[in-house]
Amino acid sequence: MNTDTKTASLRPPPRDRTTALQAGKPAPDFALRSTPDQTVSLSEFRGRPVVLAFYPADWSPVCGDQMGLYNELLSEFQEFDAELLGISVDGAWCHAAFCRDRKLHFPLLADFEPKGEVARLYGVYRATDGTSERALFVINPDGIIHWSYVSPVGVNPGAAGILSALEELQDKRES
Amino acid sequence: MKRHVTASVPELALPTPERDHIQGLADAPNLLLEYGDYECSYCGEAYPVVKAIQKRLGARLCFAFRNFPLVNSHPHALHAAEAAEAAGTQGRFWEMHDLLYENQGALEDEDLAEYASMLDLDTERLMKDVLEGTYTAKIRQELRDGARLGVNGTPCFFINGVRYDGAPRVEDLLAALSAEPG
Repeated sequence: MNTDTKTASLRPPPRDRTTALQAGKPAPDFALRSTPDQTVSLSEFRGRPVVLAFYPADWSPVCGDQMGLYNELLSEFQEFDAELLGISVDGAWCHAAFCRDRKLHFPLLADFEPKGEVARLYGVYRATDGTSERALFVINPDGIIHWSYVSPVGVNPGAAGILSALEELQDKRES
Repeated sequence: MKRHVTASVPELALPTPERDHIQGLADAPNLLLEYGDYECSYCGEAYPVVKAIQKRLGARLCFAFRNFPLVNSHPHALHAAEAAEAAGTQGRFWEMHDLLYENQGALEDEDLAEYASMLDLDTERLMKDVLEGTYTAKIRQELRDGARLGVNGTPCFFINGVRYDGAPRVEDLLAALSAEPG
């Protein structure tokens, strides 16, 4: 029996209903503070893949786990020559304390003023909460979004999707 | 005994005696794989849960453990994992695994040496393995593989190759295991 038609109506709404920027779109450039006296801009990393990980807030349990996991996998990302950037609406001093506490070895960017401006550019601002979505973007070396994913806010999306996207980019480069 | 494994399950998510430390028979109908960290308190809480499940399912369960140490948060996790692997080489992986989870508050190098001695292992050899990082590459590979399989924290369980996202409680895990046609 062919159940395709039947199951199609039961499927959840397609993910493209999200406002998040999708694959194929240019990744909007930005410059944000990573520490109280340092600024990081996306265009600095042109020529290399970038993993942009929006998360709702420093210190919340899921975020800590997610950033902690990525911290352990930095050498994996580096094997793809990829730069990992965490980004939330917290300020640079808050990020500094969070990084120190969790021993994070990658930059956390402060999308703090105007609040959530970069999250809005990427279509992942949650106006009701005043934070960003838990959203992942893998940007190719030419600055084009190769993959994006918005996780339910309470769910740690892990790194499998990021690693697959980076593998695809590497395969493309080699072919 | 028949096992239900979905065709789309990655082979890596299934325990095999060639690759893994396993308890039970590899062809048991229920395969439970844990990615864990010896210093993670949630893994510590899951340890008696797994024991209870093993008791309940007996020969119907094959349990495997792989390392997923979050070393930045847990400074003793890597040496503890090295000690378990080194004990494994001397034939006592599970005994060391159990001692580590039963003594999560005491995972300094001298504690590891003491556990080795309690298990009548060649302590000098075990500590040399720990300090030289003999098994670091294996442990790192398990972490990498786990990340690719979707491990997003510890403990993370896979039931017959499918990630289990429920609470690590006896009833919930048993329900998920028995829901698998087997």
